[in-house]
Amino acid sequence: MKKLFSILIISVLFIGCGPEKPKEKTENEDDSYESIHDEAKNAIAENANEGKGIGQVKEVKLNTPLEQERIPRGLAIYEMKCQACHKLDDQRVVGPGWKNVTKRRKPEWIMNMVTNVDMMLEKDPEAQKLLELCLMRMPNQNVSIGDARDILEFMRQNDGEK
Amino acid sequence: MKNKVLWGMAGIFIAFSLSNCRPNVPGSVATGDAASKVYVAPGKYDEFYNIVSGGFNGQIGIYGIPSGRLFRILPVFSLSPESGYGFSEETKPMLNTSHGFVPWDDLHHIALSTTNGEHDGRWAFANGNNTPRVARIDLRTFRTAEILELPNSGGNHSSPFITENTEYVIAGTRFSIPIGDNKDVPISTYKENFKGTVSFIHVDSVSGRLKIAFQLLTPGVNFDLARAGKGPSHGWFFFSCYNTEQAYTLLEVNASQKDKDFIMAVNWKKAEEYIKAGKGKKTNAKYAHNVYSDETHSATSTILTEVLQLDPAELKDIIYFIPCPKSPHGCDVNPSGEYIVSSGKLAALIPVFSFAKVMKAIENKDFEGDFAGIPVIKYESALHGEVKKPGLGPLHTEFDEKGNAYTSMFVSSEIVKWNVESLEVLDRVPTYYSIGHLSIPGGPTRKPHGKYVIAYNKITKDRYLPTGPELTQSAQIYDISGDKMQLLLDFPTTGEPHYAEAIPAEMLMPKSTKIFKLEENKHPYAALGEGKTKVERKGKEIHVYMTAIRSHLTPDNIEGIRVGDEVYFHVTNLEQDWDVPHGFAIKGALNSEILIMPGETQTLKWLPLTPGITPFYCTDFCSALHQEMSGYARVSPAGSKTELKFSTGKIEPQASSAGQ
Repeated sequence: MKKLFSILIISVLFIGCGPEKPKEKTENEDDSYESIHDEAKNAIAENANEGKGIGQVKEVKLNTPLEQERIPRGLAIYEMKCQACHKLDDQRVVGPGWKNVTKRRKPEWIMNMVTNVDMMLEKDPEAQKLLELCLMRMPNQNVSIGDARDILEFMRQNDGEK
Repeated sequence: MKNKVLWGMAGIFIAFSLSNCRPNVPGSVATGDAASKVYVAPGKYDEFYNIVSGGFNGQIGIYGIPSGRLFRILPVFSLSPESGYGFSEETKPMLNTSHGFVPWDDLHHIALSTTNGEHDGRWAFANGNNTPRVARIDLRTFRTAEILELPNSGGNHSSPFITENTEYVIAGTRFSIPIGDNKDVPISTYKENFKGTVSFIHVDSVSGRLKIAFQLLTPGVNFDLARAGKGPSHGWFFFSCYNTEQAYTLLEVNASQKDKDFIMAVNWKKAEEYIKAGKGKKTNAKYAHNVYSDETHSATSTILTEVLQLDPAELKDIIYFIPCPKSPHGCDVNPSGEYIVSSGKLAALIPVFSFAKVMKAIENKDFEGDFAGIPVIKYESALHGEVKKPGLGPLHTEFDEKGNAYTSMFVSSEIVKWNVESLEVLDRVPTYYSIGHLSIPGGPTRKPHGKYVIAYNKITKDRYLPTGPELTQSAQIYDISGDKMQLLLDFPTTGEPHYAEAIPAEMLMPKSTKIFKLEENKHPYAALGEGKTKVERKGKEIHVYMTAIRSHLTPDNIEGIRVGDEVYFHVTNLEQDWDVPHGFAIKGALNSEILIMPGETQTLKWLPLTPGITPFYCTDFCSALHQEMSGYARVSPAGSKTELKFSTGKIEPQASSAGQ
């Protein structure tokens, strides 16, 4: 209860601080928003309960060995859009370090967090815990689903998978 | 006692009725449901964008209609202390001219691009009145995309009116001046040496790029306003001319002598034929062409040296004059393209010309003579009819889709509604005070949305809380959906609006740019990712490739700068979310601050003058940790050996005892 209360305070704080403007949906968000309504809210809750997060990504198939062609693309996106806040070791700067993120989170959760961050911070309990920890809303970096998949593969490599 | 009060009241009454430009006491004639008609509930949107010239501020204001709320001030011909336009290294070339850097101009008129005579929502054009230029604004980004200077122009007032498919933007000179090799002549040789020009600027239908296709040389007069033909009159352009007296001093008196001046009808299709046939004369000129790229996030300025001219005194059938009473100002073409309404500022009537009759008069050579070698059509032969006693000081006319015209009356401070076909006056409403231009959404196009008319008044006086001698400007919205016009709202505007256009919100809103994609950023000094940040020395120049993201700048510690260096902070905003700009300011910068949109790179030049530690920071509140978004630059004396280094988040062991 105490925790919930502090989350509430934090979200109120952030709303008060201004950068979050009234909801205006980008195309992608629009889709996901509609799919939420279409498929009934229980499904979302289930998805969130399973630790898969909220968004368009319902099921990700991981291959071993790693899909090599994705890795350099994922690295390039990381360097352009993510590196400013996420290091590759376990050190937290603005956001958490990426070391072992693929072991802590389901791949669907990671991809939903990257592509649907505003909804995740609003609805997903795990994402909300991170907000409480970092005190900085992760920005929407306009990453497509395909790009998020490339980033995921790069994360797996960073976590030592072959 | 009672008598005294009565006399006093009578005195006040007389004072009010005598004071000109003031048809009424500041009371309101807004009645009934006016408030609900302009109320836009929180979170809801306006129906129309109103794109309003800023007059002497050189900017454009973007307002919502019917709420009258101001959304943005968009810099065009003037520096912006908000975005850094004209201050950042990337945008300085936009204000370059053949005279050098001109930081401030006077912007009078707006033209929104059209296809088949209807708004297409691609671009807005605007004129620089003082140092003659035309600008193109991209209506996706609401930014100035291009500025073209106009050679051989003494002032660009009769501009930027456009043809039906935005084939051309025109620019008619307000002041005639000597043109050619010998410009150093006595002012009193006006008749002999002074010429007017009208430039036809071609607009590339895909990129929007501007290029002067040709200039028409005209007799020396003043061009005031203009409109293109549409529908049946497509291919023609109509300009109001005053000072056909060719006065060069005390124009107030000397240019108001004749009973009639002219509307100049231009057959631009004919001019095109002459150009194709090689009849244009290449002449030397010097003018700047400035283009902004949303990929390099930078402008380039090119000086051009040639322009193609046509002389209608030699090449027949391009231009004709139509007599028009008296010092005509507005020259407006109705939605069907058949009628040309011209408003003589000093006339007690409004003449309406018929395009079909003008064509017939030309065919029959129904001329009353010539003016400087140009045929003058007989007034009666061109005339559809006159609106009798419309009011005093008619200036401009807009149209609705029901066959009505709405003319602004400066002297009698009112809008007069009349029927274009019957010429009958239908209604009149007072404006507060002294209306100049007016605007109906789509009013100059083939498809007006006759729901509102907006008055842009020249005098504010007592309409708002006073703010000393300088007042806000007064605009007013009227409902014109019924038979009678109804005043709904006063709203304040900035600068001094002249012409404005309004366009349905749904034509612009869906394509409004939200971010610039980092993947498309081709700025030569962009740091596309924090790993790409660096500081380089090239002689005296120091280039800082900096990134900004909530909420830190990288690098935020810089050492090795020396007094006498030129430091360029190239700041790339790594955000990719809508409405998350970052700002950058450094103490003592002599030019400005900059504001950087998501995915954009902008550069601030800084000349460090004294050794020491100089803080810099983000000026746009971006997050809960915005106050932490800052850094230090160390400046060492000229010639010092301080090593050039930079970092973010690097904690060094304390070398001295300071702070221990």
